Amino acid sequence: MNGQTEKFEGLSLTEIREINAEMSHYENKTAVSIEALKIVQKHRCWVSDPCLIAVAELLELSPAQLEGVATFYNLIYRQPVGKTVIHYCNSVTCWMLGGEQVGESLCRHLNVELGEMSADGEYTVLPIVCLGACDHAPVAMVGDKLLFDVTEDAVNKIFKR
Amino acid sequence: MEIMDKPLTKNIRPDRAFATLADYESTGGYQGLRKAIAELQPKDVQQWVKDAGLRGRGGAGFGTGLKWSLVPLDNLSQTRYLVVNADEMEPGTFKDRMLLEQDPHQLIEGMVIAAYAIQAQRAYIFLRGEYHLAKLRLEQALLEAKSKGYLGEHILNSEFSLEIVLHTGAGRYICGEETALLNALEGKRATPRAKPPFPLVSGLWGKPTVVNNVETLCNVPHILHYGVEWYQGLARGVDKGTKLFAASGRVKHPGLWELPMGTPIREIIEQHAGGMRDGYTLRGFLPGGASTDFLLPEHLDTAMDYEAVAKAGSRMGTGAIIVLDDQTCPVKMVLNLEQFFAQESCGWCTPCRDGLPWTVTLLKDIIAGKGCIEDLDTLAGLTRMLGPGNTFCALAPGAVEPLQSALKYFRADFERYIAMERA
Repeated sequence: MNGQTEKFEGLSLTEIREINAEMSHYENKTAVSIEALKIVQKHRCWVSDPCLIAVAELLELSPAQLEGVATFYNLIYRQPVGKTVIHYCNSVTCWMLGGEQVGESLCRHLNVELGEMSADGEYTVLPIVCLGACDHAPVAMVGDKLLFDVTEDAVNKIFKR
Repeated sequence: MEIMDKPLTKNIRPDRAFATLADYESTGGYQGLRKAIAELQPKDVQQWVKDAGLRGRGGAGFGTGLKWSLVPLDNLSQTRYLVVNADEMEPGTFKDRMLLEQDPHQLIEGMVIAAYAIQAQRAYIFLRGEYHLAKLRLEQALLEAKSKGYLGEHILNSEFSLEIVLHTGAGRYICGEETALLNALEGKRATPRAKPPFPLVSGLWGKPTVVNNVETLCNVPHILHYGVEWYQGLARGVDKGTKLFAASGRVKHPGLWELPMGTPIREIIEQHAGGMRDGYTLRGFLPGGASTDFLLPEHLDTAMDYEAVAKAGSRMGTGAIIVLDDQTCPVKMVLNLEQFFAQESCGWCTPCRDGLPWTVTLLKDIIAGKGCIEDLDTLAGLTRMLGPGNTFCALAPGAVEPLQSALKYFRADFERYIAMERA
């Protein structure tokens, strides 16, 4: 499945180039940690142990220090996720206006639990905190795209290709 | 004149399109910067903003000009940083996203003026990782600004140069706390730092650093362009200028409006948001985001001013009103809020790390019919234990605000769950 069983052959040249490009904007290599993890994740969907160790080496950090950073942030995935992560908001306004039902509906459609990958490896559903669009609650984010006023119909549409 | 009444949102269109550089310039854009650089010394710019009475729009309301004036300017070769807090994540709040997505040049101009005022050579925008559209638009706007000489080396042919770096976060509410934000920018876990030293003296990589909210900086170009007197004249109350106010929940027209400071809450909820949806009545509201105390319908005539809202028993916070209707259970609403805060606690200090999950456990038990009346005392005790002065940062004190006020105003709802169990 996606990357988990693939052999890790080091960071790609593209990844290294993108990470190095970030370094010019900061005072030291440590500061690039989060950007670097996000770059790796952009290319591989998630950050595996060997990837984390390779990034730590590149930034001259201990893997433990980088792991501390990776596990702190909500948007760094240390477990495999589907190609598209669907985040539904579970903060207060969305909660009031049916956010939880959106989460349940998404999981039901994909036949998954929260955080689990769909059988085809395409999707993972996760809750997320307020997405800053409370005037259009309930809100979800499909990959990079915000979805407003999410109804059962809108959920159906996500999976209709 | 519309433009003069609503300086922050004059370029904002209903279709979510964004103002290009040409659009922005056509409504007076970058005139404030031209004036600052051509006619004013850094100290003068600080004074203008101080005189205007601009207070930070991120929630705390600290005087912006005063903040800038505390940055040591003595040795001009010293490194200083400006950091924009664009990590909007206060539940119920959606004001900065609109400013970032739809009028990115306004923020950029505000940043260049602020950086000039504190003589910073580099500025960072700490943008929330989830704000993908804002990222794309800021990237484009930064290129445009650079190509026209508003940014980069020798801005408008002056001695002043500034580099702006757009940094995107990876999601964590605590990054909105300014010292935690600095740790995140340094590539570390976003735990808050002990203060003092304050970031103004020792901030990013130990250098003097000003952290300002997006909306705060968006006010700055207009103060410079139209003047202090005009700015003060915008307000209806004690505090100056306009503010982005919002309402969400079961109101007829949830939304965001730029209104004079001091606008009564009643006007925001009843006129702008159109009042409650049919079949619902107003039970209470959080006036400024999730971390503010509940207020009741009897407080509707409170003006949205920092002191007025404080006097009513809450905080203006981000100015984003979350409405509680009569068919939403306030106990469950508070549980949702405390779950959020417990999850987002960085775990750095014990009261917050252990206290917030405790409130969640107690609230869950009460709702499940497993609570007892003493639990309400325990909850009240926790609100004091997690209050100001007992934790590293303001997360826990903010977290207990809706809880303490819910215990005060909606006690009968808590007791009903407990009585249900007895029966």
